[in-house]
Amino acid sequence: MISMTAPTGAGPATDLGFLLHKHPERVQEFSRSFGTATVFYPEAGAERCTAALLLEVDPITLARSRGKGSPDFSLSQYVNDRPYAASSLLAVALGDVFRTARSGRCNARPDLARTPLPLEVRLPALPCRGGPELAHRLFEPLGWTVDAHPVPLDERFPEWGESRYVTLTLRGSVRVADALNHLYVLLPVLDDAKHYWIAPDEVDKLVRAGGGWLRDHPARGLITRRYLGRRRTLERTALARLAELGDELEDRLHPAIPEDTPATALPCTTDEDAPNTAPPFATDAAAPNTARPLTTDGTVPDTALPHPADVAAPDPALSHATDEAVPGGGGGLSGRRRVAVLDRLEALGATSVIDLGCGRGELLGELLGRPRLTRVAGMDVSPMALAAAARKLRLDHMSESRRARLTLFQGALTYADRRLSGYDAAVLMEVIEHVDPPRLDTLERVVFGAAAPRHVLVTTPNAEYNVRYPFLTGMRHRDHRFEWTRAEFAAWATAVADRFGYRVSFEPIGDDDPEVGPPTQMGVFTRDHAS
Amino acid sequence: MITLPELSLVLLVGVSGSGKSTFAGRHFRPTQVISSDFCRGLVSDDENDQSATPAAFDLLHHIVGVRLARGLFTVVDATNVQSAARRGLIELARRHDVPAEAIVLDVPREVAVERNAGRPDRDFGAGVVARQHRDLRRFLSRLSGDGFRRVHVLRGVEEIEAARITYEKAWSDLTHLTGPFDIVGDVHGCRSELETLLAELGWQGVRHPEGRTAVFVGDLVDRGPDTPGVLRLVMDMVEAGTAICVSGNHEDKLLRALKGRKVTVAHGLRESLDQLAAEPPEFTERVQAFLAGLRGHYRLDGGRLVVAHAGLKESYHGRSSGRARAFALYGDTTGETDEYGLPVRYPWAEEYRGKAMVVYGHTPTIRPEWVNNTICLDTGAVFGGRLTALRYPERQLVHVPAEKVWYEPSRPLGAGGHDPALLTVTDVIGTRYVETRFGGPVKVDEENAAAALEVMSRFAVDPRWLLYLPPTMAPPESSLLDGYLEHPHEAFEEFAAAGVDEVVCEEKHMGSRAIAVLARTPEVARERFGVSDGSSGAVYTRTGRPFFDDTAPLVDRLREACEPLWAELGSDWVALDCELLPWSAKAGELIRTQYASVGAAARAALPEAVAALEAAAGRGLDVGPLLDRTHHRSHNAGLFRDAYARYCWPVDGLDGVRVAPFQILACEGRATALEPHAWHLSTLALLDSPLITRTRHVTVTLGSAASREAAIVWWEALTAEGGEGMVVKPAAYVPGRVQPGVKVRGREYLRIIYGPDYTDALDVLRRRFLGKKRSLALREYRLGLEALARLADGESGRRVHEPVFAVLALESEPVDPRL
Repeated sequence: MISMTAPTGAGPATDLGFLLHKHPERVQEFSRSFGTATVFYPEAGAERCTAALLLEVDPITLARSRGKGSPDFSLSQYVNDRPYAASSLLAVALGDVFRTARSGRCNARPDLARTPLPLEVRLPALPCRGGPELAHRLFEPLGWTVDAHPVPLDERFPEWGESRYVTLTLRGSVRVADALNHLYVLLPVLDDAKHYWIAPDEVDKLVRAGGGWLRDHPARGLITRRYLGRRRTLERTALARLAELGDELEDRLHPAIPEDTPATALPCTTDEDAPNTAPPFATDAAAPNTARPLTTDGTVPDTALPHPADVAAPDPALSHATDEAVPGGGGGLSGRRRVAVLDRLEALGATSVIDLGCGRGELLGELLGRPRLTRVAGMDVSPMALAAAARKLRLDHMSESRRARLTLFQGALTYADRRLSGYDAAVLMEVIEHVDPPRLDTLERVVFGAAAPRHVLVTTPNAEYNVRYPFLTGMRHRDHRFEWTRAEFAAWATAVADRFGYRVSFEPIGDDDPEVGPPTQMGVFTRDHAS
Repeated sequence: MITLPELSLVLLVGVSGSGKSTFAGRHFRPTQVISSDFCRGLVSDDENDQSATPAAFDLLHHIVGVRLARGLFTVVDATNVQSAARRGLIELARRHDVPAEAIVLDVPREVAVERNAGRPDRDFGAGVVARQHRDLRRFLSRLSGDGFRRVHVLRGVEEIEAARITYEKAWSDLTHLTGPFDIVGDVHGCRSELETLLAELGWQGVRHPEGRTAVFVGDLVDRGPDTPGVLRLVMDMVEAGTAICVSGNHEDKLLRALKGRKVTVAHGLRESLDQLAAEPPEFTERVQAFLAGLRGHYRLDGGRLVVAHAGLKESYHGRSSGRARAFALYGDTTGETDEYGLPVRYPWAEEYRGKAMVVYGHTPTIRPEWVNNTICLDTGAVFGGRLTALRYPERQLVHVPAEKVWYEPSRPLGAGGHDPALLTVTDVIGTRYVETRFGGPVKVDEENAAAALEVMSRFAVDPRWLLYLPPTMAPPESSLLDGYLEHPHEAFEEFAAAGVDEVVCEEKHMGSRAIAVLARTPEVARERFGVSDGSSGAVYTRTGRPFFDDTAPLVDRLREACEPLWAELGSDWVALDCELLPWSAKAGELIRTQYASVGAAARAALPEAVAALEAAAGRGLDVGPLLDRTHHRSHNAGLFRDAYARYCWPVDGLDGVRVAPFQILACEGRATALEPHAWHLSTLALLDSPLITRTRHVTVTLGSAASREAAIVWWEALTAEGGEGMVVKPAAYVPGRVQPGVKVRGREYLRIIYGPDYTDALDVLRRRFLGKKRSLALREYRLGLEALARLADGESGRRVHEPVFAVLALESEPVDPRL
């Protein structure tokens, strides 16, 4: 529910009814596909007039029994806050029901419609990802005084703390139409939830509703990104299903995507999740000459992201520190890693290479660019990463001769696999640290024992270097199961080399800090001729 | 009279106008005959467009190839007078391991010319026919060496008119024999063991009183102490018509040695030759004749069973080529040699996807293992292992131990191939059929396997601990009782209809499903499961994820609590199916993010909405029904909060955590999951520890209304006090398509699943589709039991992992998550 209260202005308080185009003495129902919105006035005196919009989400729609061909919903879609919270669904209803009012047209009280009025808006349960501070940050620049109280999750379990909802009261002298548009745009931005009812023309809607005020809003980047970047998640991944079965949140089984792109620190923000639609609002309306409008506030690191992932970049607050985001790493550590691997492969004279844990295929692309490599293979455990690699490498458009050199397949380093055999060199670039230590033994036997290529290149973070990342707490990526010092890596690599008949040498990657060494370390294994 | 093999490629050979198409139409089905004219029409819209001939033959070859691959008898209607044309087709037949035969229609040139003249579409002159005639004469003048198995020549119009065609079966075709069979693995001269095994199988002399047929997979000879004795027994049985035998590589080599060919005397051939030398010459002659008559493989029982010494890939079933025979006798190798200098065998069985069961020998293993509906029965009797037989169709294995090590193996029994501790990706990826002994194979789709591979490799516990994953469980049909979506009545009805007399109703603990694998000591863990990191157990979720970041303290406390089980079960380890309580211990994040959040939003929003509506009503506005509804929803929101809150209580480390074991899945040598539930519950009642929560239960005689009623009252009380509900299971294992259990969830618990207001939408919710969930539950149950049975049989980690992985793969299949 949302309510808006107007005190006496130039005329009686009930003039609010004219501005909203809804009669204060009537109860009006508006039927929508997702439920019914009712507009009524709890009070309508000359001194004070309050209009309320109550949305009843149709329980039948939400609880619809599933037929054989219906979409694969998660439990959270059946039990969710939509029937109660001032969510993006309420924003849709509000935008709809007060469409004329939002345009600012009012033939009955034209002057009043143009005049800022001392309004009070109340939202008892507003989902607010980012907490009360974000509500302040978004509404205050628009002339509102913000009173945001967090709602406790459950007073019986005080240790659970606060919910993501706030009880919000806005007070300010604002035109009614602007107030409605603020709410229409900012409710979904604050909600920032997965969204099941997104229309295809969101950009147009944002341009219209944000017309007069969004351009100058200091947080316009965040607003635009969240508004347009809402995730459309009708398609669930099998990973999500399995997480749910294990009583876990979907993002506990986070997709395997390389650390190099900040977008990947957030779950489910692959290219598909971002709108691949029209240019974003800021380009059109606010900053027509800005090439990169979506890196907001200067706080999201400027990395060489592909355009669509840009839109889905995480909030700075949620963003996970990566080695690219800090001094010394720059945008280039991953690039330098690839160069180091490629140079080493060249020096070793390899003509066929398999990239074990190829992720999105960044290295594969560069390997294919070297004609002396007659066969290039990429393996990854994640079907999502392989699909991303296929897109990134533009498999569909690749020339036949180049395509014939490339093999891409799903596999896991915890299983013996004949397909891994027969290459001059295998690359494990930033892979071993994603394997649980008790299972490293299996990886060793699969790679060095069974596949046994002549050369194996292993890169992994140097944990000593982490002190050079001022904002880093813990490890560099939340899927890392360990990070090793140079001594630990050397001990492991030497033992593996001994066991499987290899020699190993070590190379630094990135600036070799005199005190803590390089950010990345590489071990180059070569099989002894004797074995 | 022309006799053709049932599966063969037949070329009609004759000049244009010799009457090939007429002949083909008279003797063969239209679909069996592929004519070059027809193909020319398909690729050019003109059957006489000679420029389309190369393309027409491309198509013809393709069609013929596809038919032969599918095992279909095929006739090529083309002139086939030129040797190049014949060569291509003979090569095609060879590629598909099918014999090629020719039928030559040799008519006088004038007849052909005359017939062509009568056909306006054949405007080529007599010159063409003359040239074809010359080619044909050249063919007929030297028939041998052309590559045909037989060439049938019909001379003159009368002979062609009078021709009759009959068919002969392939020699491998014994599909009319339906058994039952006793299939015996590699004997290698172990006569005494063979006699013991046959006696064990119920044989009396060369006959089985129940009329069973023995099938020997070859390698009767060499290495062992009494090759002549084995041969004598088997030859007597074969002659009596009670046994079938295929050739092994050792028979093949012995035959060549007996024929005086130059062979290397190794691998135990010396023993055979010496032993045979002591026999009278008539015996050796009999042996030689017997060996010469042995075939590479047989198809039995309508094609459902294939026996070959070294196994046989599907494309060779029923085929007669040299390479098919070589495969059947010697198998295929990868070209590599292992650390013992022996060739590495090509793992054809891993890739086998055929319908027919393939039973073979050749590669000694410690115990026979089903791999994709194939099984190797060579258990190294001569190397001191066992002699093994498979009863077919019972699929029952019978062993007798070797009396001694008769011959030293060149590599240890069971070694070789690959690192036995390593799991193999071919056991899990791709579309697969996982064999189970509980109602046949279970199919796993490729994309489900792909999802499971990621979860298994990235998030699951060490696979050595992952002995089992629990199957999903379906609810009963929706209840029609007012206010209920689920009720015990439907569960009882379902089991009664399935012929079950007695069920047990077990309290369903509301926590997180947990599988606990516990070894008495780290040493037991190392010896039994090969886990050498010092851990002595694991506790994991239904998707194989570890409970808590460090499971060791929980494992330790559970091991202490399970102390009484070691003696009771006579085992040093045990696997338990449990529920871990409280729900919030594992699902805390989920509860806070999802359930408590919904409750918080509802309890913040609805009272204000009610107040606003009351104010409006106070002003005389007509909001009555909306106010009532909002009141009601507010009430439901409170019930919803109470529902989840019951399953939450604070825990500090392990303090407050409870484990409710309800089934003993397995212990050494036993898949105890198959025991009656009463056994589980009484055995688990031995556990007396504050960590352990008992599982309350009642037993119901379905035929008794009073017994049912008592259970319903029990369920009502259980759920009224906040219980999740109960699980109804047949009291003892029931094979077939009966659900292993059905969950009947309580009214208030279901608010967590269907939403706070679900009780207002029961009519809609009752229409739910249970079919997929129930089918999954059955398939996963079979896979779970299979994993436990393999574990109990002491099979390798790979073999146990296969069905466990399949359960996870099936779990990634989308089903209504509320069921």
